[in-house]
Amino acid sequence: MSASFAAFLYLVSGVLFILALRGLSHPTTSRRGNVFGMVGMAIAVLTTLLLAKPSFGGLALIVLGIAIGGGFGAYVAKKIAMTAMPQLVAAFHSLVGLAAVMVAAGALYAPESFGIGMVGSIHTEALVEMSIGVAIGAMTFTGSIIAFLKLDGRMSGKPIILPARHLINLGLGALLIILVITLATTESHLAFWLIVVLALVLGVLLIVPIGGADMPVVVSMLNSYSGWAAAGIGFTLQNLALIITGALVGSSGAILSYIMCKGMNRSFISVILGGFGGETGPAGAGGDQGDRTVKQGSADDAAYLMKNAAKVIIVPGYGMAVAQAQHALREMADVLKKEGVDVRYAIHPVAGRMPGHMNVLLAEANVPYDEVFELDDINSEFAQADVAFVIGANDVTNPAARDDPSSPIFGMPILNVDQAGTCLFVKRSLSSGYAGIDNSLFYKDNTMMLFGDAKKMVESIVKAMAE
Amino acid sequence: MESQNALDALRNIDSAGTAIENARASIENLLTDVAAQGVAGAAHAATGVDPFVFHFAIFVLAIFVGYYVVWSVTPALHTPLMSVTNAISSVIVVGALLAVGIATSGLATGFGFIALVLASVNIFGGFLVTQRMLGMYKKKEK
Repeated sequence: MSASFAAFLYLVSGVLFILALRGLSHPTTSRRGNVFGMVGMAIAVLTTLLLAKPSFGGLALIVLGIAIGGGFGAYVAKKIAMTAMPQLVAAFHSLVGLAAVMVAAGALYAPESFGIGMVGSIHTEALVEMSIGVAIGAMTFTGSIIAFLKLDGRMSGKPIILPARHLINLGLGALLIILVITLATTESHLAFWLIVVLALVLGVLLIVPIGGADMPVVVSMLNSYSGWAAAGIGFTLQNLALIITGALVGSSGAILSYIMCKGMNRSFISVILGGFGGETGPAGAGGDQGDRTVKQGSADDAAYLMKNAAKVIIVPGYGMAVAQAQHALREMADVLKKEGVDVRYAIHPVAGRMPGHMNVLLAEANVPYDEVFELDDINSEFAQADVAFVIGANDVTNPAARDDPSSPIFGMPILNVDQAGTCLFVKRSLSSGYAGIDNSLFYKDNTMMLFGDAKKMVESIVKAMAE
Repeated sequence: MESQNALDALRNIDSAGTAIENARASIENLLTDVAAQGVAGAAHAATGVDPFVFHFAIFVLAIFVGYYVVWSVTPALHTPLMSVTNAISSVIVVGALLAVGIATSGLATGFGFIALVLASVNIFGGFLVTQRMLGMYKKKEK
């Protein structure tokens, strides 16, 4: 196969990847889109094999590698719980990062196989592109591992603040640039590995100060990084499929980061600098509420209220995912629908630990996607709803974000659950949310607190409704 | 004298012949170079534009395509979007295949093999978990 024809085929697979993303504009076209993605990948792999014509031994090694990796990947994809998706995606990002480092190392030690020169005389251009790819890849690798550990609960979600961390990061960044120049001018293998080590350290340092609540931004950001790393390697290998994909993934992650930041009314820079969401949260939203009494209700009260309602809007949050309450919640909605109640779901952009996490969990529990609405589409309906049922969400319902300019979350778009006839709030205790801010919603007259585990509470409400 | 002049003339013709031969060889070299470098290289030779610029142009345009395509993704499918972008960024596997398949250095083959295994985890894991998630999104039963 000629190099030109191969380049054409790589272009085809790049276009198929674009179609894969395009399909995600609607659930009905999304499955076909995913198939386009798989075909694109198959074309890229086969083209490379036909172009490179590996020896029999090489081919055997390739088949072995794909069998090991593919088998493991397929097993994980089949077994993983939907609640663990944020961790899984973070783990996958780390693999892309490490793979980018390994491919770059391969290109450094055997440049002739990649058509970028010989050992000792690799084109300067290729060296620069390679070093950028490898630096971003290594940062993505360790950064994603930290994100994985935080999301998986193996590491505290609290930010870890090092003294003078901005100075340390800047210093390391400057050193990184010097090393990139050294590698480009001398092709020193030592400089290459120093870049790798430095970028690995930088990846850890960049993510540890970022708190648990900002994880949706971090996961999207690392998604973007993995794309730029792939693009860097794509330039080194002069491979169109890799360049196009890197650009697609890079911009996709950047857009998701932007959407997440907007959902929290925070600037991207302040998220990256970290430190938000520590235990040293501000005292609370205004101390002028004289008697802060809380109205507590039981499962029977909740069942009665909802059965007699005309319209109920359910607001799920991360707490629902932790308690695995989505299936019980759907059962409750089914009972209500049989009683003739209009049931809808309202999802805040930053609900959960990654973009769109709640939608997947509800889909898993067989909630039809046309009953699930985004913030902008449903927020005006709370005023006509009889009951807002908040389960596992907190900060995204805090009226202080709308009404209290002194609140740290002021300006963040919230779901107006306080405008519903009654707001039922399922929660374990009165503790504050991830932002560390007291929720004034708890003390409103039309709020009824349902204390307990989300799943058990919903199950007892379903039982109470049956009686 | 006459014979001396004739000898000089012969020498000149000989050196002119060598020069022509050299020129022919260098043109041949140029042609094989152009053929070897392929389309981008030919464009390079013809216009003086580095092939990097063509790749960079494609990169920039793909960023714009990505920008518009991703904004059209429904927020309900943002999680599958992340897992599928994950899967497709593993097209980096093409680099791993080259390293494993044809590299002459043992080290490079080793690095390539690790990259191949990691990227394969991502390709299979990413596409299959996306397919599994997308299979869950159902419309309301009438």
